[in-house]
Amino acid sequence: MQVEVFLERSAARFPDKTALVCEERRLNYRSIEEQSNRIANGLIRIGVERGDRVAVCLDNTVDAVLSIFAVLKAGAVLVLVNPTIKSEKLTYLLNDSGARILVANGSSVRNLQSCLINAPALQTIVVSGGNAGAQSSLHRVTTLDNLLADHSESVQPPPKRCIDVDIAALIYTSGTTGKPKGVILSHLNMVAAATSVTEYLRNTADDIILNVLPLSSSYGLYQVLTALKVGATVILERSFTYPHAALRRLMEERATGLAIVPTISALLLQLDLSEYRFPALRYLTNAGAALPPAHIPRLQKLFPHTQLFLMYGQTECKRVSYLPPDQLDFRPDSVGKAMPNVEAYIVGEDGRRLPPGEVGELVVRGSNVMRGYWNLPEETAKALRPGPATGERVLHTGDFFRMDQEGYLYFIGRRDDIIKSRGEKVSPTEVENVLYRLEGVSMAAVVGIPDPILGAAVKAFLTLKPGVTLTENDVLRHCATYLEDFMVPKVLEFRETMPRTAAGKIDKRELAVQKEQ
Amino acid sequence: MPSVEQEIRQFIIDNFLFGEVERNPSNDDSLLEQGIVDSTGVLELVAFLEKQFGIQIHGNELVPANLDSLNKLFDFVARKTAIST
Repeated sequence: MQVEVFLERSAARFPDKTALVCEERRLNYRSIEEQSNRIANGLIRIGVERGDRVAVCLDNTVDAVLSIFAVLKAGAVLVLVNPTIKSEKLTYLLNDSGARILVANGSSVRNLQSCLINAPALQTIVVSGGNAGAQSSLHRVTTLDNLLADHSESVQPPPKRCIDVDIAALIYTSGTTGKPKGVILSHLNMVAAATSVTEYLRNTADDIILNVLPLSSSYGLYQVLTALKVGATVILERSFTYPHAALRRLMEERATGLAIVPTISALLLQLDLSEYRFPALRYLTNAGAALPPAHIPRLQKLFPHTQLFLMYGQTECKRVSYLPPDQLDFRPDSVGKAMPNVEAYIVGEDGRRLPPGEVGELVVRGSNVMRGYWNLPEETAKALRPGPATGERVLHTGDFFRMDQEGYLYFIGRRDDIIKSRGEKVSPTEVENVLYRLEGVSMAAVVGIPDPILGAAVKAFLTLKPGVTLTENDVLRHCATYLEDFMVPKVLEFRETMPRTAAGKIDKRELAVQKEQ
Repeated sequence: MPSVEQEIRQFIIDNFLFGEVERNPSNDDSLLEQGIVDSTGVLELVAFLEKQFGIQIHGNELVPANLDSLNKLFDFVARKTAIST
């Protein structure tokens, strides 16, 4: 089965049911299906072929949902891009993926103009939300509205071009080398993951899921995919920036499901929620990073009618495990057991399975495991290695865990130094590379430091070349020019020297624990 | 003495744009849509308004209608300071 069939089947079953609520708009299944079919037919008409990459760089809007399904229906590969991306990184993603089409809103197209000329494979820009003066001398520019209007006859889905082993999406994730890696997901991978998730969350057509997470992230995307799979309603909020606006919506729409990351939990725990009641809210899920155990009883008190699911996963396989809510009181520090149709186990350095209690790398088996990293055969070979079944490859997660006697998993740490801030992965190398490009920087080191709201805050240490003066604002402005918002350091420390390891490298462990100089 | 409007604008430029005046929003730009303020940014903004103008902001006032553009902020602070004096 292909991912877009989620929508097609639900539209056939519940044509008049509300599928999507976004700001003041309410769209039923028929409308989403027909509009995404029109866009898909429009994409094919402008030359999109099976397997072509189409980058979608949009906020949480109706157009984003329509575009996601239209790309899949056209048999193309969805490349999701965070709309806070900066030009240079977008150029990298467009060139790495070889995207032929970019869907973005008018103001991003204007802001990102400079990078688009450096992406030779890019042919067409599709603008969401009216043309708004977006122009390009090198690319064909059209609008989603045009694609919707031009082909009013084609509300039927285009003939299927893909089978389920074809690639459905590339989702970029931070890599240790500083360059983001495109995780290759087939339709089968995504259908398998969504099926397992909806099974343990017991999602049904009666669910109303409120999503505040960016659709450009795997966690946000699957809120929509799983909701539409079961014929539920999804309410899109742009973000959790205004918690009260989101909470009012949660209450008024009688939402039954809400996905959070620890930063949202930390914000919720700071608010006075006494004026709200959420009797309809069936579950809260946490992923992205581990929820601090201290949050758990407080969240349970704030949401007395709601089950809390702690989950663990990575983009490479979407999700690995969940802790059944009835286990929360007994093992609040566990991320649970493998989800349905997935097997997870711990291996030692030699690749052999370890007995309960021992710490090793977590390995994941299942139809949800990615096909590899785009254009990165070596990285792929490290992550995907031969598994127990003939011809099978299993995912070596790079995360260290132990498992107890009953099979519950406990996160210990990562093999690399990736920072989890706000539930997003931040590569210290990527931030350091940007810092080193600033004239006058002699040495740069980036670490994660504990932060009550962000989980980990990105902290940068800098030493400057002799005679150079740079202010904190100079450095942060430079970072904000090249890095997505969540990667810009929250804390900056100028130092005279850096601590060194015996091998002469900057000693980041020492930096992470040192008090300020 | 700088006006309330200047003070708010300066705070946004210093704290969210790191002094980059080219991205200075117009009075009606959505701070959210322009990528200037995020969820932790809103909390910093509110802490600044409370301290700088001696007002108390309640949870249910943390909504885009009060905070999401410079004009909305100016109006909001004007309303709040009118009440507290």
